[in-house]
Amino acid sequence: MLVTEEKPLAEVLDRMAGQDAIFIVGCQGCPMGWETGGPEKVAALGASLEGEGKQVVGTCMIDFLCNKALVALKLKRKLAALKQADAILVVSCGVGVQATAAMVDLPCHPALNTISSSGHQGLWPSEERCGQCGECVLSLTGGICPITTCAKSMLNGPCGGSHKGFCEVEPERPCGWYRIYDRLKEQGRLDQLKKLPHIRDFRKMDIPLKQRGSIRWALEVED
Amino acid sequence: MSLLKEKLEAGEFTVTGEIGPPKGIDTHEMAEEIEHLRGKVVAVNVTDIQSAVMRLGSLIVSEHLIREGIEPIFQITCRDRNRLALQTELISAAWVGIENVLALTGDHQALGDHPDAMGVFDLDSVSLLQTITMLMDGKDLAGNDLEGTPTFFPGACVSPGLDPVEPQLLKMEKKIDAGARFFQTQAVYDPKQMEDFMRQAEQFRVPVLAGIVVLKSAGMARFMNNFVAGVFVPDHLIKEIAKYKKLKDQKKKGAEIAGRLIREMKHCCQGAHIMPLGWTDTIDDILAHAEIA
Repeated sequence: MLVTEEKPLAEVLDRMAGQDAIFIVGCQGCPMGWETGGPEKVAALGASLEGEGKQVVGTCMIDFLCNKALVALKLKRKLAALKQADAILVVSCGVGVQATAAMVDLPCHPALNTISSSGHQGLWPSEERCGQCGECVLSLTGGICPITTCAKSMLNGPCGGSHKGFCEVEPERPCGWYRIYDRLKEQGRLDQLKKLPHIRDFRKMDIPLKQRGSIRWALEVED
Repeated sequence: MSLLKEKLEAGEFTVTGEIGPPKGIDTHEMAEEIEHLRGKVVAVNVTDIQSAVMRLGSLIVSEHLIREGIEPIFQITCRDRNRLALQTELISAAWVGIENVLALTGDHQALGDHPDAMGVFDLDSVSLLQTITMLMDGKDLAGNDLEGTPTFFPGACVSPGLDPVEPQLLKMEKKIDAGARFFQTQAVYDPKQMEDFMRQAEQFRVPVLAGIVVLKSAGMARFMNNFVAGVFVPDHLIKEIAKYKKLKDQKKKGAEIAGRLIREMKHCCQGAHIMPLGWTDTIDDILAHAEIA
């Protein structure tokens, strides 16, 4: 199960600056277990956004957002609402945010920080990977994770070892930073790159004891 | 006071050189290279575990250059050290009088002779430059006060030959915002490419030294074309060097090409960074062909 925590609303709003019509996608997998997601949370988030002057143009709950095929299938039925949206707020782990961003050509913002995958129940990813860095930056990187797509996990743009879109570490490996650059350029959002936090806080990967076990483990202990 | 800084700030066309420390403690060849470059270039880069191949350290060799009366450009990469070790190396460098620092992310360890190593990359070139700027303000990266404030002249690298080049320019701007005061480029063999690049980079008003790797043979040219990102040796240069098979003739031709490239590029950049890869004895020839007064 992927362990997530809620991002502060102020950060979510900051990342959405200038985007008023918001579509919310929620995962009914791991975030339900951690009570960081699910229909109630999504409804509450929607109300908070509207309280801040945003317009929620639609919501969609998907069982496992890490499964891109499922994401595409479900969101297809919401095309009318999606067409009105300036951006998508995704209530899931980093894999779900990336899967949504891969399926819909809209800026995708994470509502959560992913801090650990303790076990993989319900996780069904394709090429999207989450590095569980605890300070999700997918808002600023076009929904493509630089931690897991860059061979050096760099946060400040491509290194000199990337050429014609490929990484010199593996000749057929696409350079994550060129993918990020291409997507942001397509979206006219290259200015996002300047907002990146330059230096990581590695403490955020060190999981608090109460979040180390799975829910099942917690139940066993309580019994 | 860094002579490199003085020359670049005065707007003089500035030439730097480079030595690569050996893999081991036999330094007699390095000593010869140092003598070849003495008095010919403004400062000498000392590479830091170049190409991720384990070798003698860049800090100790930079300090050796200081004792030899030659100004070093201390290269420091993020691949092998976390932020604690990087800052320690930086203040250690300042303590022995090293000012010029070239801040690099570093080649990936998979390309070197210890591909099974863990890559650190706690910081990258941009955040390393931010760190250097903080140290120069008397603070460490965590905001703690330093005892005594180090002086640095921070630089960075940029690769004009990468396609597309726009991400390079975006990153160059980030490096400047983080504190880079000069740039040395990856090897360039096409003056037109450098001109195109400088047309876009000159808006930043930070001096750029064109990277010149002395061409040694056609084999080396093809190797770089196939395996070194962002380096492109045009066919006519490969044909030119391919005619020569003896070391003496190759050196003569390699120096002529290097000098010619500098001569053809000097109108558009602020200096040249010559990487002789051991052929430091060609420096006089290179400078003569470059026609640098």
